[in-house]
Amino acid sequence: MTEATQPALTIDALGKKCPIPIIMLAEQINYVPLNAVVAVLADDPAAFTDVPAWCRLKSHRHVGSYELPQGGWAIHVRRNY
Amino acid sequence: MACHEWDHRSVAYFDAASTEPLHPQAREALLAAIDVGWADPARLYNQARRAHLLLEQARTEVAEALGARPDEVTFTSSGTQAVHLGLLGTLQGRRRAGRHLVTSAVEHSSVLHAARLHERDGGSAELVGVDRLGRVDLSAFTEAVARPDTALACLQTANHEVGTVQPVAEAAAACRRHGVPLLVDAAQTAGRMPLPEGWSVLTASAHKWGGPPGVGVLAVRKGTRFRSFLPEDERERRRVPGFENVPGIVAAAAALRAMTADAARERSRLSALVGKIRETVPKVVPDVEVIGDPDDRAPHIVTFSCLYVDGEALLTELDKAGFAVSSGSSCTASTLRPSHVLEAMGVLTHGNVRVSLPRGASAAEVDRFLTVLPELVHRIRQDAGVA
Repeated sequence: MTEATQPALTIDALGKKCPIPIIMLAEQINYVPLNAVVAVLADDPAAFTDVPAWCRLKSHRHVGSYELPQGGWAIHVRRNY
Repeated sequence: MACHEWDHRSVAYFDAASTEPLHPQAREALLAAIDVGWADPARLYNQARRAHLLLEQARTEVAEALGARPDEVTFTSSGTQAVHLGLLGTLQGRRRAGRHLVTSAVEHSSVLHAARLHERDGGSAELVGVDRLGRVDLSAFTEAVARPDTALACLQTANHEVGTVQPVAEAAAACRRHGVPLLVDAAQTAGRMPLPEGWSVLTASAHKWGGPPGVGVLAVRKGTRFRSFLPEDERERRRVPGFENVPGIVAAAAALRAMTADAARERSRLSALVGKIRETVPKVVPDVEVIGDPDDRAPHIVTFSCLYVDGEALLTELDKAGFAVSSGSSCTASTLRPSHVLEAMGVLTHGNVRVSLPRGASAAEVDRFLTVLPELVHRIRQDAGVA
């Protein structure tokens, strides 16, 4: 579990529709130190595709997406710069 | 009229991938055929023979345009019905060979829904993934086709949402090697691009080439096993039940003839306009991803996604500014899920806009689109607090 670092910040975007989870992530990723992980909790199916796509476009790292017991995912993103 | 309102003449219609406006020659043919082609083409009196003749002339023309023999071509009530009948009829005909169906993950919903029905009926279906450009993974497709119980493979000529052309010729070669029929869904390219060879079953939709709604095409190559799963009916070589829409079919053939005659010139003209949109949008709109293959693509389709933008808000603003476009974003669809095509490609699904240019779309309209778009995107981002 080298990659699955404990998140430095958790963004609760449950119940929010895309693009709001992405907007919250873009706003808050700079609150964590370099190489720290942000967890986005989201249950809009669009977020499952859009958070990794955002990471690719913005050159951050999508660490993984983990299903939540109540539905939705914790989508982990590592701040690269 | 207030300046922010647009009547239908000043709206730039950029949604040809949903439906191409009726071609004037199709309109003319439709009106004429309603008057003379209304009778039952299966009967033996004068009016019936006239309807029969019109139907068979249309069949011959459509067959020629699609590279088929007239007796291979049947008319359905829509492209979706052509896919349903073609897919399930071929699976039924090949039942003894096996019950495995192979398609790409980015096929039209009519294919995927028919595949699901096949699964509920005890068959199996494999959706082969695509790369970031939306092109099917050919080696995975080939491997799936090689499975001994594969009854049918299915691939579109070009993707309806992002325009990427699929490697149909290569897929057809793989199918031929393994004795598996290939259904090719040509809905987005029939009448616009030369059709690939090697299909066993071909489906298309007339309203996408400027024909009227209510006419689809199902062509089945001689020698392809096919058995309709529907109750018996004498019409259309027992493949498609119900009274033929002769006026609609005549108009569809007229539109296909007109579109095909113009296709080479119009293809390069529209493709250049699409190229301009692909090139300009990332320069004038920050944080945007243009999607699909930049070169190997349908001539008239371009799709892009704007980061942090609600697709429905953007469509509404574009509509107010006089542009008819569509979107694969979930918030604009009746379902809660985003487009399965964008999901399979792993590209942004929100803020998505598909521009698809109809015959005759002008450079001036495209320029106006490129002028208006940056301001609209900026305003929506400002409202969301991200600009």
